[in-house]
Parts: sequence; structure tokens; C-alpha cells
Amino acid sequence: MKRTLRKLFSNVTSLIGILLLLFFVVIAIFAPVIAPPLSDDPYNTPRMSWDINPQPPGFPMSDNIRFIYDTMGKKVKWNKAIFGTEGGGYDIFYALVWGTRTAFKIGIITVASSMLIGLFIGSISAYFGGWVDEVLMRITDIFLSFPFLVAAMVLTTILGKGLDKVMIALITFGWMGYARVIRGSILSAKEETYVMAAKALGIKDGRIIWRHLLPNTIFPVLVQGSMNIGSMVITAAALSFLGVGAPMGYADWGQMVSFARNWIIGAPGHAGQYWYTVFYPGIFIVLFVLAWNLIGDTLRDILDPRLRGEL
Amino acid sequence: MVAYIIRRLLLLPVILFGVTFLIFCMFSLLSPQERLATYVNNPATLKNPQASERLIRKYHLNDPFPLGYIYWVRRLAKFDLGWSKADNQPVWDAICQRFPTTLELVIYSVIPVILVGIWLGVISAVHHNDIVDQSIRVIAIVGWSLPTFIFGLFVLFIFYGILGWLPPGRLSTWAQDIVYTGKHFHSYTHLITIDSLLNGNIPVFLDALRHLVAPIITLSYISWASLLRITRSSMLETLRKDYIRTARSKGVDEHSVIHKHAEKNALIPVVTVAGMMIIGMLGGVVITETVFTYPGMGFWAATAAQQLDYASVIGFTLFFASIMVLGNLAVDVSYALIDPRVRLG
Repeated sequence: MKRTLRKLFSNVTSLIGILLLLFFVVIAIFAPVIAPPLSDDPYNTPRMSWDINPQPPGFPMSDNIRFIYDTMGKKVKWNKAIFGTEGGGYDIFYALVWGTRTAFKIGIITVASSMLIGLFIGSISAYFGGWVDEVLMRITDIFLSFPFLVAAMVLTTILGKGLDKVMIALITFGWMGYARVIRGSILSAKEETYVMAAKALGIKDGRIIWRHLLPNTIFPVLVQGSMNIGSMVITAAALSFLGVGAPMGYADWGQMVSFARNWIIGAPGHAGQYWYTVFYPGIFIVLFVLAWNLIGDTLRDILDPRLRGEL
Repeated sequence: MVAYIIRRLLLLPVILFGVTFLIFCMFSLLSPQERLATYVNNPATLKNPQASERLIRKYHLNDPFPLGYIYWVRRLAKFDLGWSKADNQPVWDAICQRFPTTLELVIYSVIPVILVGIWLGVISAVHHNDIVDQSIRVIAIVGWSLPTFIFGLFVLFIFYGILGWLPPGRLSTWAQDIVYTGKHFHSYTHLITIDSLLNGNIPVFLDALRHLVAPIITLSYISWASLLRITRSSMLETLRKDYIRTARSKGVDEHSVIHKHAEKNALIPVVTVAGMMIIGMLGGVVITETVFTYPGMGFWAATAAQQLDYASVIGFTLFFASIMVLGNLAVDVSYALIDPRVRLG
């Protein structure tokens, strides 16, 4: 463990990843200071104008909206959209800052939950073997028969809009990889003498799995999990982009990019005038995912130099 | 090997049962009214309580779960997937109509990657040096971190918004007139690039190609990075093996060492990755087609999802999952053909 940490910090690529991640952690923690919320639900992106067109960086909040906040007794601490606004006046800067919290929430909750399901199914499958293994692995195969994005899209469509629905869909179709990895590790670990010793002592199966096998086999799954956080955030953003994810105006990066699709080409004769609608949200998503991938890539090298080439 | 393939084929019905069962579970999350709406194309019928009650009974939408599943599968067997509101025609007709459009995109994305990507991977392994190694690695990680929809939007922004070279859609208006309403244009395959060549209509061919370039790049850039990387590392590992040294020391010329001895073994893992890559592209078409308003199945499914047109989304998922199950089968069988260890083991 110590060796792993030292390697993570001595490797240039993973060091960049760690610094990037730290940057996002700071933004997420200090979101209320960086972009003070104007409504009771901080994930409601404030609108700077009612105009249907995007507004350029530095656009000041329009007077009539300011007036509404004044009468509501809210103090408007900042009055410029420094990254501009999406169509409908949604402030890009605010959505990106609070969207960082959304991204961490999606990444960590979906990966942790699907990892737990995967660990449960994979370890039972490997430990008991026989028909239990056969049945559980066929079920895993069935879940793997769907393209991930398509499966997540259909389940989200059926469940309805909202971030919680997106996360349920991502967890439902995201656990199979972990199950397979932990199954492989436990299959080889369960032949070792310490497991036999535990069995000979009459320790219950559940305790052997939980206290003896899992601590010795869980590391590869944790590595896989850290690498999946990025792709989970991408998939959630993709669902928002397709219009089945977060509801309109929710502080979410994918939501911002989905606005941008309509504006990216610009008005005739003014090609690229709305560049900021996709540039800033795009940069945030790419850097966030890149951070996790850089760390994950190094972790994988440490874990198994033979896997170096696989992606 | 025959035994292996038979065993694999016997598994097929089990997987297909599981896939349909899982989709039916998701379908059952909808209320009977919503489920009825997937079969009925007339909104007035849905508002009439008696008529909808009668139809719910006719389609067995309120039956107990196992019975409901059996009736649903029986309708599937007759290709009755419901009514697509997004396309204003039966779901199965929409699939048949749009599948060639998506197929055209996927074919042109897959073939260059497999041919050129593998070739480049082998070349870069033979001329092994650290700078190439590192840059391929960096490109792969960055490519992996760049979501398709953002990459696609940038391609659209630069090549259409600024340069005006590669427009979205599938055909320009004048070409649409020729292809869809023209008297002298015969659709043989519904792949426009091929049809236009068969009809000897070069302008339409060029127009179709112009619309395809941007979606192809967007759909395949991740695959380029990953296939190149896996081919390269697998080839590097093989070249270090003892039997390659033996071949070289026996005086076999370098060309046959690489292309006859090493390549055969090195490409075994590449087959799996290529199979998975094509499957990954199936998911990618939804995003790519939406970005470029390319009127294939993915665009249709995304539009349907926004309109809560459950019938289309479920039909689309069912169709893609079936393709994926058959694709996995093909990969496994070809694996057995190539790799004797799988065949005998």
C-alpha cells in the first residue's frame, strides 16, 4: 500500500492526475463561496436573462431578474456571467462550479454501489462454485448483452427524468465488471492454505469471504473502480446531453453541453460566436475524467505490468 | 471444436431468454396505460376509458407477470413491437428503414480502424522506441477522457460552423430529391454510397461521403487509439518470445518472422478487442447520430427517448441487444477457430 502511494506520487502522469483531482475537490468543497446560491436549492442554476439566445462572457444580470431577487430579499453577490450564459440565460460559471459536486456525487455513488453489488455476486459465485457459479455468471452475461449507454438510456427513459434515476440506471448496468474481476481473484485465492485453515477451524462461509478472502483480493476491484468513475461521469453527462438525464436548469455539466448543441454552429455569418457554450463545460468534463484516468492508468501499471497495453 | 461451438450455441437461447426477460421487466415498470400507449397510434382511443380497457385486455397488459411475458414474446415473434410515435410508423418498420443508414456509418467506421489500425500497431511495435510508446499512451488516455459528444460538437463546430465543409444530416436537399423521389434512382442496398455508385451517380456519391466523414471520425477516434495500443503491446510481447528468437537464429528473414510467425499469435487478443470495439460503437451511434442529426437508428432512439416514446426505445434496445448477443457469439466462435487453446480446452 505504501509502495503504491509512493509510486503514485513519483510518477509524472499520476501526479498531474492527483493535482487535477485536488483542484476539483477544492471547487466542490468551496462551491458555496465561489458561486453563492441564489435560491434555496443550490443545484438550481440561476438565470441571468430571459433571452433565448446565449450571452457572451461578462454578461451582466438583467435588471428585471435582479429586481425579482431584490424583492425576494436575496442578496445578489455577483452580477456577471464570467463564462457567459447558455440559451435561456443559464449562468455557465455557476452550473460548472455546482456541477462539480454533481459529478463527484454521480461518480462516487454509482461506482461504490455497483462495486458492492459486484463484490457480493462475484464472491458468492466464486466461493460456492458449481451451479451457483453457473447461474450467477449467466445472469452477468445477460446484463453484459446490452451496450452500456443504450441500456442506461432505456432504463432512465422508463424511470423518468432526474439525477437519482440516472444513477439507478448506471448502477443496474454497471456492476458486471467488478463481479467478474473479484470472481477471478477469489477462484485462485480460495485454494490457498489460509482459507483451508479457516475452513478447518469451522468458520462460517460468510465470515471467510468477508474477513479472509475479500481483504486479500479487493485491490484490483478498487483500481477498476477508480478508473470507472470517469466513464460513469461521461455516461451520465451523455444521458443529460441526449435529454433524458438531469432536468432542465439542473447544475450538471452534461446538461450545459446539451444546451450547446443548438448553438454550436452560430448564426449565419457569425460562425462560432457561441463557442463558450461548449468550450467551458467541455473543458471541465475532459479534465475531470482525465484526472481519474491518469491515476487509474498508473494504478494498473503498479498492479500488473503485463496489462500495460490494454485500455 | 465442434463440441465447443455446439456448447456455445446451446447457450444462445438462455441468453436470449434472459435479454427479453430483462427488457420485459423494464417494460413492466410502466403502468398498463403507458404500456397500452406503446401499441396504439390513435391518442383518442387512449382517452376513452372503455376502449382502452378493452385494448388492455386484448394485449394482456394487465395479466400476471409470467403470462404477460409469454404474450409479449408472442407479439415479438410476429415482429409486433408497437407503434413508434417519434417516427409515425410501426417500430419494426422504423428499424428496417433506419438500419441501413446506421449500418453504412458503422461499416465505414470499423473497416479502416481494423485494417489500418492493426497495420500501424504492428509497424510501431517493430520500430519500437520509447517516444512513440509514450505518445501512443498519452493519446489513448486523452482520447479515452474526451467524451464522444464533446469531440463531435468540436468537429461540427470546426468543419461545419467555421469551415463549412462537412454539413450534418445524411444528404443535401438536391441529393435527397434524386435518391428518394427520383425516377431513375434504384435503391439496391439502401447504403447510399454503394447505391449511388451502382446507379453511376457520382455527385450523389460525393455528397453522401461528405456527410459521412465527420460522423465516422467521431464514432471511431476512441477505437483507433485503443486498437493501435493493444496491437502494439501484444506484438511487442510476442516478439520477445523464445520461438521468435529461434526463428531468427535459424536465419528466417525478418519479413516472414514478423508477418508469418509473430503476427498470427499477436493478433489473437486483438480479435476480442476488435469485437468489443464494434459493440462499443453500437452505443456510440446514439451520441454521434444525435450530434450530426444523421437520421439513423441512434438519432431515432434519442428523439424517441426525449418524447417518452417507450415503444421505440424498447424496440431499439431489443434490436441492439440481439445484435450484440449474435456478435459475441461470432467473436467466441472465431476465437475458437484461431486459437487452438480455446478449441481444445
